[in-house]
Amino acid sequence: MASSSSTATTEREFLAASPYPVVVLGPDGELLHSSRSARLLLEGPATGGVPPWLRRAQQALADGARPDTVRHTHPVAGPVEAHPVPRPDGSTVWWLVVPEGCAGLLPRTAGDGACDWELLTRLSGLLLSSLNVDRILETVVRQAALHLADAAVVVAPGNGRTLRLVTCLRGGDPAHVQQRADPAEVPGLAEALQGFPPVPSRWIDPDATPRWLVPAGFGRVGSVLVTPLPGHGVPAGALVLLRAAGGGPFASEEEVFARLFATRAGAAVSAAVMYSEQAAVTDLLMRELLPPRLEHLDGVDYAGGYRASVDRDRIGGDFYDVHPAADPGGETLALLGDVSGKGLEAAVMTGKVRNTLHALLPLADDHGRVLNLLNRALLTSHHTRFASLVLASVRREDDRVRVRLSAAGHPAPMVLRADGRVTDSTTLGSIVGVLPEATTCTDTVLLDPGEACLLYSDGITEAKGGPTGREQFGDHRLRQALAQCAGLPAEAIVERIQMLAAQWLRDGRHDDMAVMVIAAPPRGHLPVVGERRGHTT
Amino acid sequence: MSTDTPTTPAPPHPRATGTTALSEGAPAPAARAATLASPPAAGTAAPAASGPAPSLPALVPPPSSPPPSVSVLAGRLWEAVIGGDQVRAAALATGALEAGLEPEALLLDVIGGLQARVGREWAADRITVIQEHAATAVNDRVVALVAGHPAFAAAAARQPDRGRIAVACVDGEWHAFPARLLAEVLMLRGWRVDYLGAQCPTPHLIAHLHRTAPDALALSASLSTRLPAAHAAVTAAQAAGVPVIAGGAAFGPDGRHARLLGADAWAPDARAAAERLARGLPLPATPHQPVDDLPHLADQEYTLVSRSSRELVGAVMAALEREHPAVRSYTPLQRAHTLDDLAHIVEHLAVTLYTGDPELFTAFTGWTREILLARGVPDALLAFSLTVLREQLRDLPRSVAVLTAALSTSAGGAA
Ligand code: B12
Repeated sequence: MASSSSTATTEREFLAASPYPVVVLGPDGELLHSSRSARLLLEGPATGGVPPWLRRAQQALADGARPDTVRHTHPVAGPVEAHPVPRPDGSTVWWLVVPEGCAGLLPRTAGDGACDWELLTRLSGLLLSSLNVDRILETVVRQAALHLADAAVVVAPGNGRTLRLVTCLRGGDPAHVQQRADPAEVPGLAEALQGFPPVPSRWIDPDATPRWLVPAGFGRVGSVLVTPLPGHGVPAGALVLLRAAGGGPFASEEEVFARLFATRAGAAVSAAVMYSEQAAVTDLLMRELLPPRLEHLDGVDYAGGYRASVDRDRIGGDFYDVHPAADPGGETLALLGDVSGKGLEAAVMTGKVRNTLHALLPLADDHGRVLNLLNRALLTSHHTRFASLVLASVRREDDRVRVRLSAAGHPAPMVLRADGRVTDSTTLGSIVGVLPEATTCTDTVLLDPGEACLLYSDGITEAKGGPTGREQFGDHRLRQALAQCAGLPAEAIVERIQMLAAQWLRDGRHDDMAVMVIAAPPRGHLPVVGERRGHTT
Repeated sequence: MSTDTPTTPAPPHPRATGTTALSEGAPAPAARAATLASPPAAGTAAPAASGPAPSLPALVPPPSSPPPSVSVLAGRLWEAVIGGDQVRAAALATGALEAGLEPEALLLDVIGGLQARVGREWAADRITVIQEHAATAVNDRVVALVAGHPAFAAAAARQPDRGRIAVACVDGEWHAFPARLLAEVLMLRGWRVDYLGAQCPTPHLIAHLHRTAPDALALSASLSTRLPAAHAAVTAAQAAGVPVIAGGAAFGPDGRHARLLGADAWAPDARAAAERLARGLPLPATPHQPVDDLPHLADQEYTLVSRSSRELVGAVMAALEREHPAVRSYTPLQRAHTLDDLAHIVEHLAVTLYTGDPELFTAFTGWTREILLARGVPDALLAFSLTVLREQLRDLPRSVAVLTAALSTSAGGAA
């Protein structure tokens, strides 16, 4: 019988892999073989083994009935046709035909007849769209109340003893509630919150549902279904579905569907929780590295603008700061610089340079000394990075503004005169963080009302673009652009330079770009200090 | 904004960011717009400004007197703003508030109207682009100042608390002022506003939406050439579950481009925007890709033209230099401006292919022609350039159709 046993093996393998549901039943209706697809169809959540209708049909065949197609309506898959092919040994191969194809093998809810997989795909799309926890919870209850029940509630762990509830009546808008309540009052809820398997709906007494769980205006509860939202490491909560009295119990297919939906919802919620935690951390760290908002200070206008090389980032290797004078009549220290490199690493380094300079403020009278101390700090740090920068000590004198400028390996600032002439300041010095000594020679510039001084990083002048896409923006274009800005307020100069550089680039790649304008306010000038309402991110 | 109701979609001025003034300090208003045609007309005399004749009483009305009419106030404020006199501009604005002018009317009817007038004066070559910039900066400061006035807080306090709105300009859009006015008006109407400002990179915008989950995103775009970027922002925001209301000159006077790009709502001005938002926006439908809204993009013409824009500009420039001796003798600066202009034309062609709305390009070339004529410059080179472009793109049927339409609407085009 060696040969027959080998055919049996092949037959079993053959059947198991059949994409069409097929079963082989013995003369008395016992199951001999079946395909995976048939098992899915026959062993639905409600049934086990061979369903009675098929067993009866097999027995009828064995009793001598003519082999004929048997029709049956499966609660989940819908209509099923069973085509018998009797075999000589008394067993029968039953080919099961599901008119709606394989999708029909999968659970569907009773009612409108729409295909659940379609619905599930659609719902998953909605869940995937947001990374905001509240938004996703709202989507979960809104959609659950629309498609799975008469009302839905997500219960999420809150702070301490409170629970966070998001509730929604069918067709209504979600509401957020903080509730001091004990989840153990609802059978299965405490378990679901801890990630234990769901309790079947029929075990839950609807009349025992605590009031705090039921959305206002819902009326009497007919049945309750509690499903965990699996959190993948973060507690995501539980989904509670409520059906009104008279609406009938949740069918087992509906429980299955609710579980599938809850799995996706839980994944979406936990991704959002992780994202928002990350975003909060990034924001906190970033806040220290973002360039400050500049404004009017001690009779002088300051404006700054920054664009990081990676448009996704808000930070990079360029930096600027304005430190108000310690005592009235003292000098304000403004500075703008550029750390070698780009991106986050460079940004972290700018943070160190800015902190060092901040600490050196008491010595700001002596630019050479500040630069040398910074130089030493950079040389002794384990970073191999270096920096170029300009220091500007600024003081208002009557209606003029005196600016002492010291460059260190950085382009010398440009000065815009009231008549539109543009000159370069003559300051010149070595880069910091490379040589044992940093040297600089300082230049002093006097600004009349309406005149301005422009500090910029080489990201502006080296911006590649223009009509050919390869040309640099260059000093001369920057000078021309600045020349046109005579009489403009400081912010408008910054805006204009940034705009021209951006237009020059079009969509080209670029380095970090920073500009700062220090301006002597024109006569008839209106200082605007800070922004009071709304907020800027 | 009744003073600024264009009959066609507001077409772009071909070039306003002139780099012509150079260091002589003599602004040459015509030069930027003139390079496409041979020698720029020198010193086109500035006719008297139109609009309400500005009377010049130097006094700010005392608080007890009734608010000046919008047109009188606008006339006085115009003088201050265009003269760069911030103190007087601010005094006029606060004075009007204290005399009882509604904050919203001050923002929209007076200051917004002033901005529209800035645009008209520029188009008519009566002010330079620098003055345009300076005027906007003064108005921006005035808005920042008056928004802190108690009248604003009082007006906002009369409103019910509404939800939260993010106001942002599209990536690459520098016209922040329209969005700024909208943000202030929405705050006056009781909204909590996150104002993200000019040229907001879409990744920042989306990160902000995920973090704050506002009730809606108000997306502002003034430049038609930013419509593809606007489209990306609209779809991304909707995919993040945030409905989008769009507005600004780029979407057309009837909002047709907002509809085209699948925005959930559009409004012609800030008042209408506030009213629309008060009714609530529906949650966006299922996420989709930009191409789902614009199936014609599948023909790749938009992609081809935008990808090869530099080569196209080079080819047209070469033809101009070959055929027109005047162009051969351009100064480097004039040549650079001509290249810029050509780049602008190609950019508008690309966005026209993107939207599939040929009127966008016709309106742009028509406007360019007007700008040239306002500066006393013949438009022959424009028509020539369009013809060369059409020849270059002869294998792309939609491009050819767009260029042909533009050439045929140009009276006396040299095609
Ligand atoms: C001031 C100005 C500038 C200033 C902007 C400074 C700033 N910080 O904003 C400067 C000088 C920088 C500038 C530059 C340019 N400009 Co300009 N500029 C203007 C001008 C004159 C006024 C804009 C303004 O403030 N309007 C006032 C507001 C209140 O009116 P509004 O825009 O209609 O906004 C209202 C509604 O639209 C609505 N709204 C606005 N946003 C939103 C958003 C939402 C969600 C909603 C619901 C409603 C809404 O509410 C607002 C209040 O009621 C307009 C002309 C004009 N008439 O508007 C041109 C204009 C916008 N500029 C134009 C152009 C082409 C340019 C340049 C490209 C020129 C060039 N070749 O260099 C550059 C490009 C800059 C860039 N890359 O972004 C064109 C755009 C045409 C187009 N559709 O493509 C315009 C329309 C002029 C024209 N008719 O040709 N410009």
